Order: sequence, then structure tokens, then C-alpha cells
Amino acid sequence: MAGALNAALADALEQDPRVVVLGEDVGTLGGVFRVTDGLAARFGDRRVVDTPLAESGIVGTAIGMAMGGLVPVVEMQFDAFAYPAFEQVTSHLAKLRNRTRGAVALPVVVRVPYGGGIGGVEHHCDSSEAYYAHTPGLRVVTPATPADAYRMMRQAIACPDPVVLLEPKRRYWSKEAAELTADGPALDEAVVRRPGRDVTLVTYGGTVATALEAADAAVEEGWDVEVVDLRSLSPIDDATLTASVRRTGRAVVVHEAPGSGGLGAEVAQRITERCFHHLEAPVLRVTGFDIPYPPPKLEQHHLPSVDRILDTVARLQWDDQPEPCPAPYGARRA
Amino acid sequence: MTPSSPALDGSVQERAAAFLPPGDGPQALVDPTGSPLPSPLAMPADDDLLALHRAMVVGRRFDTQASALTRQGRLAVYPSSRGQEACQVAAALALRPQDWLFPTYRDSVAIVTRGVPPVEVLTLLRGDWHCGYDPYEHRVAPQCTPLATNTLHAVGLAHAARLQGEDRVALVLLGDGATSEGDTHEALNFAAVWGAPVVFLVQNNGYAISVPLAKQTAAPSLAHKGVGYGMRSRLVDGNDAAAVHAVLTEAVAGAAGGDGPTLVEALTYRVEAHTNADDAGRYRDPAEVEAWLAKDPVSRSEAHLRSRGLLDDALAERFAREGEELAAGVRAALEHDVAPDPRELFEHVYAQPTAALLEQRDLLLAELEEEPA
Repeated sequence: MAGALNAALADALEQDPRVVVLGEDVGTLGGVFRVTDGLAARFGDRRVVDTPLAESGIVGTAIGMAMGGLVPVVEMQFDAFAYPAFEQVTSHLAKLRNRTRGAVALPVVVRVPYGGGIGGVEHHCDSSEAYYAHTPGLRVVTPATPADAYRMMRQAIACPDPVVLLEPKRRYWSKEAAELTADGPALDEAVVRRPGRDVTLVTYGGTVATALEAADAAVEEGWDVEVVDLRSLSPIDDATLTASVRRTGRAVVVHEAPGSGGLGAEVAQRITERCFHHLEAPVLRVTGFDIPYPPPKLEQHHLPSVDRILDTVARLQWDDQPEPCPAPYGARRA
Repeated sequence: MTPSSPALDGSVQERAAAFLPPGDGPQALVDPTGSPLPSPLAMPADDDLLALHRAMVVGRRFDTQASALTRQGRLAVYPSSRGQEACQVAAALALRPQDWLFPTYRDSVAIVTRGVPPVEVLTLLRGDWHCGYDPYEHRVAPQCTPLATNTLHAVGLAHAARLQGEDRVALVLLGDGATSEGDTHEALNFAAVWGAPVVFLVQNNGYAISVPLAKQTAAPSLAHKGVGYGMRSRLVDGNDAAAVHAVLTEAVAGAAGGDGPTLVEALTYRVEAHTNADDAGRYRDPAEVEAWLAKDPVSRSEAHLRSRGLLDDALAERFAREGEELAAGVRAALEHDVAPDPRELFEHVYAQPTAALLEQRDLLLAELEEEPA
């Protein structure tokens, strides 16, 4: 996936002279995850800029650059390192178009490597999507595959709105071959990754692969599981989501961010509101615990696993299900 | 190529000295009585002095009118810049047409001087919308309410101009309080590292709402802060329009010529309270206000121009009349409230409204239809 993102940045830099890449260590080093590897050598240090170590400064100057006619793609080195830029993102990047009645468009892409599963230390593994998705004016997207990483990066750069592009770190090194093209589903479309008839797993980013694995394993249990990859967390593609759950009648939302106040609650509410008469069971969630991101040796307990997803699917009031009332937070027992 | 460790040897001291504000106190060209002062600064041309004076007279009338409209309930709030007219008009008049101004909420007079129609400036304070003008039309960014955040926008825009090979300078207005914010630090640092064509004008008016400068900083002056960033710094009498204009014009020319950014601290005073909702009597002595009124920028400029024979009664009356005409126009325009269209709430959030926003708009419209007109 890192390679696909790199190719997308290179192609955008090549094709549009307004595109500039900014961030900490993005130039000579090529980024701590090598997503910008080779770009400074190819496009020069005026277009691929090693900035001072200051995230608010990076986003704030990117806003000014966009006002001045450029298309900045900025890197926040890690999820939790993006918080110093929060005011610039929420109070200005998200609002300037609205503030100026549409006169000032800010086509800025904020890249945030996010999520855990890589054995990272504290402040390197947060899932910060809910903060951004709660902010009107931002588009928030996250790719789950290399093909989507390329496509969504290109589409995000071409988008007239500011886009927070959340890159699931644990998929950076996924090697699956992919045709790299900007064509395909639009930036705000969800896709069905795996069709199924019995239950819909709704997920995004780093947990899409986990959900697909769970769906494969569920065949043995006799469940035909559909997996919907949301891709866009703001706005949410209600049409794809609703169509899937109306077909299957059951839904589980999976994400690794803490459950409370998380995006899963938003998705579950949307499903309940739009699919109530099609539902055979309450919508359940499999999420990370409501804890600060755990240390590396404990993160496997925190992250949604195939087993936890299957346990939760088992609680969706199937006819042979002995315990009809699900515990809150999916399969976890108090 | 590893830089050697920066010991404070002769060369470091020399470089630091080059960034320091020249002289002991603030640079000035005209004293409070209107008499010219000896100064290495170049006195602006007569036309510029008259333009500054005219803009101050008109700007003060605008400010007075806006304050009055607030008392009448026609504006929701108005942060007056009375007493800061020299900084306000010099900031606008030191810029060339292609340059950009990045103002805060207290800088309405600067924006009016830049040419934005007064009614559009007051849209924010009237409560109709967050910004009433198109920033690209006069190259004035929206008035910034969270302080210091606009410093970074100015640096970005200025740097973008350089990357695109365009001759464009950004001048950002901030106050003494905003110099404590992290964004100001980051902006000064980015600007210096990039050599961006940007001018920071700190209007040090003594107070951040109620907090005096002594509780804001322990620096010898705010201009001294520029030294640490490797940036030219200037300290100027902020009630001397001629001096502020001279310093800013030089800074703008330097930025345009590739010399990078300048930090300018202008010493001035906020004569009115923070806003109409504030009570300045709770935190400052009336005697202090009186002392500053004696240093009023408008009467200082008038005395100077009259002593030089550049201003007579007829011209002074003409400037006053222009101010009255502007004030009358503002009163007429604001006489009747124009109800903002609630549909607009959903229009500009994204380039195209999302499906969810269209649903929410329809919900609101249905509610409004049910309401009696």
C-alpha cells in the first residue's frame, strides 16, 4: 500500500504543477514509512518540502498555500502527532469555504498514518477518525487495499474539498498486486468487498482484511457473510450500507477505535433508522476497548480479531442462538 | 555538511545584531505634538502623508459609527480600533494591489482602508454571515477570530507566491496577546526558514482583553522575539502613521525583493474597551487612557500636516465630509435588517452539498413552511 500511495503522489506531482507535498521527513528521508520515497529527488525540494517540526505550522501554511492557488498534500507523521494541528484542521481547513460563502476553496489533503497493529509505542497507534468525521466541512476517507490507496489519493488530490486521508499503517506493507488507476468507485462510495446473504460486516481501513478473514472462517459455521468497506467515513454512503443490510437483515460494525462515541455508533444508528423493519437482530459492534492505545505486547487483546467478530456474529439472534440478549459491545461480557 | 554548533562567537553576535530593532526605543518620525523628529527612517511623500491622514479621519468615523450601531442593536458586536488608526491605515496603504492583508476581528478599519465596502466588512459583526466579502476581490483574508491562526495562513500564501514565481507579499495583523500563541511561534519560524515574503505587524495595544503586557511576556520587547527566529525586527511608534507607514513600506519592499520576512512591533493603545460587551474600568486606570489620548494618532498627523502647510481647513473639511458620507452610507445600508436565507446554511459546507445535508436542508425548509410568516 505504501508503494501505491507513493505512485499516486508521484503521478499527481507529475500531472499537476500545483501539487506540493509537505511534512516532517518527507523529503530526503522519504517519510518514516517511505510513502514519499524518491519524490524529493525527482521533483525537487520546492515541491516536496521537509518542514520544521510543527504540525499546526504544516497545516496552517498549507491552508495559506491553497488560498494562493496550490494543492498541498501534507503528512502528519503519526495519528497522535496530528493533534497539534487540530485547531487548524477543524477551525480553518474545514470552515473557510463556508466562512467565505464558497469563495475560498481549500483543496488540501491531510495524510494521517493511523491505527495500530504494528507494535508501535504510545502516540503512534491512535484511531482518530471520529474526531475528523465529526467535523463538518471535511471529507474523511480511508483505503483498505493498495488499489484503493492509489485511487483514493488521486481522487482526494483532485477533490475541491479538504480531505483527511487516513492511511491504515498495518496495511502499508501489504503486497497484493493491483492495477493502479484513479477510475473506479467515487471517493465517497462504499463498496461490497465480499457478497453474502446472512449478515453484513461494516468496516473500513485496517479492519477490512480482518473482516474478510472472518467472513471466510464463517463459512464453516454456515454463515454467508457480506463485507462492506465504507471507504468514506464522512460523508457515509448510506445507499450502499442500507441496501446491504436490507438484503442480509443483520449487521455488525467493526473498527479498532474505542467504541464509545465512535464511528460504529453512527453507522449502527443509520442502519437502525433506515433498515429497522429488515433487521432480525440489533446492530452490534466489535471495537477496540475504551482505553488509551495499549502497549505493543497487549495490543492483540485490544484489536478486533476474527474470533471476536465471529463470536459477535453468533449473538445476532439466530434461531439456534441460546442467549437472545446480546451483551453491550458485541460479544464482550461484563 | 553538518553545521557547527552555534557558539556565541563574533559572527553569531553580528547576525543577531542585524536582526535586532535599531535604536533604543520605538522609531518615530513625528512627535505627539506634530513636530518632525530626526530619524534614519525616510519621511513618506506628501501624497502618502495626506492619504494616511484622510484614511485615519474616514476610518475613525467608520469606527465611531460602528460603535454607535452596536449600541442601537444593529450590530451584534463591534471591537473598536479607536486609537490604533495609524497602524490600521498604514497596514493597508503600505501594501501594493497584488499583496494580501490577513486581518483579525479588530482590524475593520484596515479592511475598509484596503477598499472593501464597509457594509461587507460589517456582515460578520451584524451576524449575517462569518465573512461578508470575497477575499480574492481585494486580497483580504477573512477576519480571524481565533488569534494567531492567521499568521500561518499568511506565511503559506506568501510562500506559495514565491513557489509560483509571483511577486506578492502577505501582511498579517496580530496583537500582543497573539504573540503568546503557539501558531505565532510556528509562523515566525516557518517564515524565517523559508524566507517567505511576509510582514508580521504586531499592534501592541497594551492589553489582551484585560491582561496587560507584563503578564503576557517577559521579553524586552515583542520585536526582540524576531532575533531568535533569524528575522529582521522593527519597533515603531504605533501612533505615528508616518513612521508605521515608513517601516511597513520598507518591510514590504524587502519581502518583495527577496529579503524574507520582517517582524514589526507597533506600540499603540486600545482606547475603547475590548468590545461593547467589555468593561475596561475593571482592569485599567482612566488616567492611563487620558495619557494615551494625548498621543492620539489622528490629531498628531493633523498637527504635523498643518505645520507643513499640507493641510488646510478646506481639505480637513473635505476629509471629514468623506467620513460623514461613509457613515451615512453605513447607516442607510444597515437601517433595515435583511433576513439571511436559511438555505445558505447548507450551501457552502462542501463544494457540492452531501446527500445528508440536502436531507437536513429539506427538513429545515419543511419546518419553516409550517411556521406562520
